[in-house]
Amino acid sequence: MLELNNIEVVYNDIILVLKGLSMKVDEGQIVALLGANGAGKTTTLKAISGLLKPDDGEVTDGAILFMGEPIHNKEAEEIVRLGIFQVMEGRRVFEHLTVEENLLAGAYTRRDRENIRRDMRRVYEYFPRLAERRHQKAGYLSGGEQQMLAIGRALMARPRLMLLDEPSLGLAPLLVREIFDIIQRINEEEGTTILLVEQNAVLALNVADYGYIMEGGRIVLEGTSDVLKENEDVKEFYLGLTEIGQRKSYREVKHYKRRKRWLS
Amino acid sequence: MEKFIQLTVSGLTNGMVYALVALGFVIIYKASDVINFAQGELLLFGAYLAFAFIAQFGLPWTLGVLLTLVVAVGIGVLVERLILRPLIGEPIISMIMATIGLSSVLRGIVNAIWTPVPRAFPEFIPRTDLYLGPAVVGADRLIAIGIAIVLLVLFTLFFRYTREGIAMRAIADDQQAALSMGISVKRVFAVAWGIAAITAAVAGIILANIVGVSGNISLIGLRVFPVVILGGLDSIPGAIIGGAFIGLLEAYTGGYIGQGLELVVPFIVLMIVLMVKPYGLFGKEIIERV
Repeated sequence: MLELNNIEVVYNDIILVLKGLSMKVDEGQIVALLGANGAGKTTTLKAISGLLKPDDGEVTDGAILFMGEPIHNKEAEEIVRLGIFQVMEGRRVFEHLTVEENLLAGAYTRRDRENIRRDMRRVYEYFPRLAERRHQKAGYLSGGEQQMLAIGRALMARPRLMLLDEPSLGLAPLLVREIFDIIQRINEEEGTTILLVEQNAVLALNVADYGYIMEGGRIVLEGTSDVLKENEDVKEFYLGLTEIGQRKSYREVKHYKRRKRWLS
Repeated sequence: MEKFIQLTVSGLTNGMVYALVALGFVIIYKASDVINFAQGELLLFGAYLAFAFIAQFGLPWTLGVLLTLVVAVGIGVLVERLILRPLIGEPIISMIMATIGLSSVLRGIVNAIWTPVPRAFPEFIPRTDLYLGPAVVGADRLIAIGIAIVLLVLFTLFFRYTREGIAMRAIADDQQAALSMGISVKRVFAVAWGIAAITAAVAGIILANIVGVSGNISLIGLRVFPVVILGGLDSIPGAIIGGAFIGLLEAYTGGYIGQGLELVVPFIVLMIVLMVKPYGLFGKEIIERV
């Protein structure tokens, strides 16, 4: 469904952020893209959704194909119309619009009024809390509710591929679980393919079918979630485990490294 | 009492003209953060277009007004396309300077075509006298107030309920997030300028109908500053209420005190508002969750 072939992204004509990244997302899957801060995860999503331009970024090499069609030179609005919708990091709800207006803004590219109403009811079924607050300004919602609204708003566009950028950011563990359950339900019930960027690797690999691990603008490891979960490096660096069920002690292993970081 | 009613009516007429011009101002500011210094010249252009169509070409006024609005929208969209769009992403101050340049250019074009000599505007809004209690007021003023209010209500509804209106407010809130919904920023900017041109043209026609057409009517662009600062630069209801308030304030000061003080008072209000409530009465509150 989505294919990134060897893409390079440059910011301000000078800073190379993605250095020949390739990945694939198959229809109906949940794919996780993992990596540390600054690995280029968000840049990858923005390259797909065409949102690099406002940040002065550009795909300088390689190709992004969606359903076999190159999309890396298209405007963001065209890409939304093709069926790709990015839920940006940090929720980014329209604070001065009500919940309902936020949802309508998500459906901006659609013309079918009847179905929009129906989909809005569907969003309220997924997130009953939003229904209670439909006439409140989104700026006054709690962080979890705003994340629900951001995902609901994406659903309103009826995307075939949803790009989720750190939906767990800044939320309490219980809420995170609730949101991930719904992400899974959306994938199953709506048939929406999902590309999920997360720092929380355990969580992401639990819902994903396939995962990619990024470092320094490249994919360094990929595999099905089960394989990745068993990989020694992944366990050590992303899941924080040495032997299954045993938490890694920084005292033993990273002593030297940590000291060095302090000094530099 | 008689004087009071007359002053109120004339103050409200001016106030609604202010409100219309301020509305265009606010819409452009909301959508693109640009303060449009050429708003008064858009009004001037609208008034002269109507003058040309009705008085010079002899068209019936309905057709003349309609054509004026169509051409005004064209000019608004063209200005956005040719002058502001290439500046998207440049510092806001560049765009603001561009609107100042634009105001000179528009005024120059008007002078070149119609010469600066003031002229009478064709009278198509009847001026018969009406009795409001003890006071005599011109029907044209009441009609002008009515037209302005209808237009303001229509635009308020447009922003509240239509897809395009919601998109415009979304862009004002978070441009990048709006982009990620597939909302076209370029299109919204064009719509903003189109609407600003329409409201300015209607204001121009109303004003010209009262005072005639001359280069001076573009000065109203500056007199609208106290209105938008009072109401809040990004608030549509603020533009309407601010317009009515400043219009009435001017009328009462002029009527009861005089001495040209009515020209100064709005700017005194402007300074007080800037000191006490810098975002204006209805400016966007900054939402902070607790």
